[in-house]
Parts: sequence; C-alpha cells; structure tokens
Amino acid sequence: MFRYTKLTLLREVGLWALALLFLAPFYFLVTTALKPDNELFTTSALAPPTSPDFSNFVDVLTATGNSNVVMGLVNSAIITAGSIVGLIALGSITGYVISRSTRRWSKGAYYLFLIAIILPGQLGAVPLYMGARALGLTGSAWGLIILYTGMLLPLSIFLYANFFRGLGTDYEEAATIDGASKSQIFSKVVFPMMAPATGTVTIFAGLIVWNDFFTSLIFLGGSANQTLPVAMYYYIGSLVSQWNSIFAIVIVSMIPILALFLFAQKRFIQGFSGGLKG
Amino acid sequence: MTATMQPKSEAAEAPRRGKRTPGTGENTRPRRGPMQFGHWWWALPGIALVFAIHYVATGIGGFFAFTNWTGIGSFKITGWANFEAIFKDPTKLGALSNTLFLAFGSVLLGNIAGLVIALGLNRVLKTRYILRTLFFMPVVLSPLATAYIWKYIFDFDGPLNAFLTAIGAGDQAKPWLADPQWAIWTVLVVLVWSSTGFAMVIFMAGLAGVPVDVEEAAAIDGANLWQRFRNVTLPAIRPAVAIATTLGIVQGLRVFDPIMALTGGGPAGATETLATLVYKQAFALGNFGGGAALALVLAAIILIFAVLQQRLTRSNPED
Repeated sequence: MFRYTKLTLLREVGLWALALLFLAPFYFLVTTALKPDNELFTTSALAPPTSPDFSNFVDVLTATGNSNVVMGLVNSAIITAGSIVGLIALGSITGYVISRSTRRWSKGAYYLFLIAIILPGQLGAVPLYMGARALGLTGSAWGLIILYTGMLLPLSIFLYANFFRGLGTDYEEAATIDGASKSQIFSKVVFPMMAPATGTVTIFAGLIVWNDFFTSLIFLGGSANQTLPVAMYYYIGSLVSQWNSIFAIVIVSMIPILALFLFAQKRFIQGFSGGLKG
Repeated sequence: MTATMQPKSEAAEAPRRGKRTPGTGENTRPRRGPMQFGHWWWALPGIALVFAIHYVATGIGGFFAFTNWTGIGSFKITGWANFEAIFKDPTKLGALSNTLFLAFGSVLLGNIAGLVIALGLNRVLKTRYILRTLFFMPVVLSPLATAYIWKYIFDFDGPLNAFLTAIGAGDQAKPWLADPQWAIWTVLVVLVWSSTGFAMVIFMAGLAGVPVDVEEAAAIDGANLWQRFRNVTLPAIRPAVAIATTLGIVQGLRVFDPIMALTGGGPAGATETLATLVYKQAFALGNFGGGAALALVLAAIILIFAVLQQRLTRSNPED
C-alpha cells in the first residue's frame, strides 16, 4: 500500500532541500574558516574563499595563535574519559541494586535519582565550589571528574535501572544455582549483558561532558587545566571579529564529537530515542 | 531498551505504574522465596555522591536564598527579602518572561519542526537514514560552538545581511544581535535549530510503533491525510510527545551557554534569562543570596512545569 510513488519522490526532494537549508550554517562555518585574513572583509559573507588556506587551523593549533587549544583538547579528553568510567562503574552497580532490590528503600532511592535529574544545577554551584575548594579539588582534572560523575550519575542510574527492569532474572538465578558469588554474577553475567545501556550512558556522558561549558568555567576558570570549551571561550574573547580564526577553533572543537557521531550515529540516535523514554 | 514503542499497553499500564515488581519469572514458576541479587550496600557510594552533589549542595544553596550572603564572610538571615526584591525588579521580571518565552517558544517550534520532518521521513523514503543523520547533526554540537556559528550569521557583516542585500532587501539589514527587538528572536532561532533533530528522533521512534495495517485500514476507509494523522498517528505517538516536550521545557528553562556566547544577555537585558541572571548575581556581582533566590525560583518553575507537562501528556483522556 505504501509504495514509492511520484509523490514520495517529491517528498524526498523537498526534504533534501530542507536539509541543505538547515545545514547552511555548516557551509558558512567551513568557508569562513578557510578564508585568509585579507579575504575576510573583502569577499561577501556568502561567497566561498577564492584561495582557501589552512593557515587559521595552523595558527590555532600552534603557539603562534597563543591559544591553549591543544592543551584543552587533552584535558577535555582526560576529563570526559574519566567521567565516563566513573558513570559506568557507579551507575551500573547502583542501578542494578535499586532495580533488583524489592525492599521499600529502593523505590525511594529511585525517586531520589529521578528528581535529581531535573534539579537545576545553578543553585548548588556556589556551595559545590566552596566544598571543592576546601578539598583542594578546584583547578584539577580529578575534581572535575568527580563532579561530573556526581552530576550525571542520576541519569546514568536511571538508564541502567530502566534497562534492568526489562531484563529477566533467569540468568542470575542460573548462575546462583551454579554457585557463582554475587559479585561474580554482577561482573561476569550481568555487566556484559547490559552493553546497550553502557553504550547509551557512554554517548550521553561523553556528549554532555565534552560539550559542557558552565561547570568547567566555574571550576577550572583561570587554571592551567582548562577544558576545550573554556579555552575556546577565552581565546575567542580575545579575537573580536576574526571570524576565520574563531571558526577554525570551533571546527577543531567539533571534529572529535562529529567524527564519533558519524561513526556511531545509529547508536547515538537509538540512545536518544530509546534511552530517554521511560 | 527497545527502539519500538507499545503506546497502547503503556497507556493501559499507566494508572498502576507504582506497582511494578522486578523480574518476570514469577508468573511461570512457583516462587522460591525472595531471591536477592547483589548486596544492598553496593548502592551506597552512588547514593552518597548523588545526595552530596545534588541534594546537600542544592539545600545549602536554597538556605542562602534567605540570606544576604555575598559569597564570603558573614551573613544575616533576611527571610523573604530576596524574593520580594525579585518581584519588584523589572529586569528580573523581564528575565522571567524571557525564560518562559524561550522555553515555550523553542519547545513549540522545535517540536512542530521535528514532527513535520519525522512525518516526512516516515516510511518508504530511500534516503531516510542519511537525512535523519543530517537533521540530527546540530544536536551533538556544543551549545557554545553552535552559538558562535550563529553569532556570525547574525553579525552585521554576516551572511544573513549579505543575503538580504543580495535579494534586494538591504534596507532590512540590521545588527540583529544588538537590536533590542530582534535579539531574543535570534536566540530562539538558535535554540530551535539545535533542538529540532532531537524532537525528530523521538517522534521517528514513536512513529515506528504505529502499526502499518491500522494506517492502511484508515486510508482504505477513506480517511484523508489530516484525519489519519489526527486519529491514528497522534494518539499512538502521545508518549513520544510527552517525552520530547517535557525534556524540551526542562532544557529550555535552564538555557545558559548559547545566550552567554550569543548576546551575553544584552542588549540592555533583552535576552537575559533566569539562568544567566543567576550566574551574574552569584558569581559576577557577589550577591549570592539574591542569586540563590533566583535559582530557587527557577528550580520551582522547572519542577512545576515538568510535573504539569507529564500530567497533561501522560494521562490519556478520550480525544
């Protein structure tokens, strides 16, 4: 009944036109980043560069641009990876226990996490900052890893708990009968089975931590351990209308996440559409 | 975690959601007493961390909302004074209305755009997966990076004005971000652009759960496109609508990064939101008590709308 007709072709063409319009910002991003300084103000903003060159990228990534972009890339990578590990470790085990326990407190704990997801972070930001300063955790990658783990843990637990609820206990019962201990069951039987949930947590945590600006601005601002968005913010603040250099750094900041997305786009989209319902 | 949805059963289950027992094995075999998996104390580190970072910190912040604390030194408890100040100050009330405008505007437009694209991509299209990837791309970008791209587009020497000049509407060119009338609309455009793909993906998952034969039956019975959408598709994707709008509103009410990068709240507070005001009050102006009070108002608004939204879209009255 729903066959490919002329109308479908029309729909397809129309959507492609819409998609190109929708993605026009990427066109400006790339063409402007490739313009040398002298073309920036002489050519139209709509026109591609007449002699594209990559000197802006070289400037941004080397000392000539006097930026901390490379440093920021490394720091962001460390902090993102550390937070993901923390969120998988704590999220999986907590989500497992609260979804498998039949005691009353586990329901309370579930709502504790659920409400924490929608609490806005700004209210706790200053008390957290002072606590972190007292513990000597501001300005360090460790401090931010702990902080991100704590901040995103409710989401991670929620995703894992929902996953476990849909998973029968047959495998665990079988393993119990075979004499496996509780920790063996968790690490050898349960954890490998929840790879889809782990994938979703990795994607969400990676995306949020990599892209986050507010938290790292407050907790790492002014220190040497800046993350990429903070480094980018300060660097761009010093370039008033140098859009070619600004866009070079914007592109550098986007490449890792876009590459990951295009590589694992099915997972990304499944994570967003499947993981968040519940 | 399934990609398809079963909206019917979910709706039917909704009233007794509170009584969900784990495990499905009990139905098929006699119960052998409660089988415990894992130790309860395994959950302690996670609970402690969440409690400290979310509840204790928020609670302390909430307490300071009732003080005149500056962020350092001593303070006095001032009761409701900070809140009275908020509701007397036109800039703060302006920020409140901007926040609501941006949150509801972006949810409404982003969801309509997402739904239209999802409906367009639904079924038989040859390139639907490529198109889906393209439309989704803005979602993975950092709000900061997105805001910088658009800042250039809306710049006086930027592509938008160049385009207007090229089509002979050069007199319409203006410094969009510096124009008190237009600045908030530019923010809205950016928010819609970056949230449309997210709504689209949720709607696509919802639409995938609509049974083809029901749609076909409706078509054979002579229902037109709108009737089919209204009576077959829409009821089936109601859960998707609930999720997309609730998350959109929560996100929209907290919007911070794009505004800081695009306009910084200007010109003259025209794009100030509660979140940017909280940051300025607490971190830049050293009025932590006032900032905390604003944050508390923001938190209350978010909770109210999140609950209301869930209620409105989850409960399934006869259409």
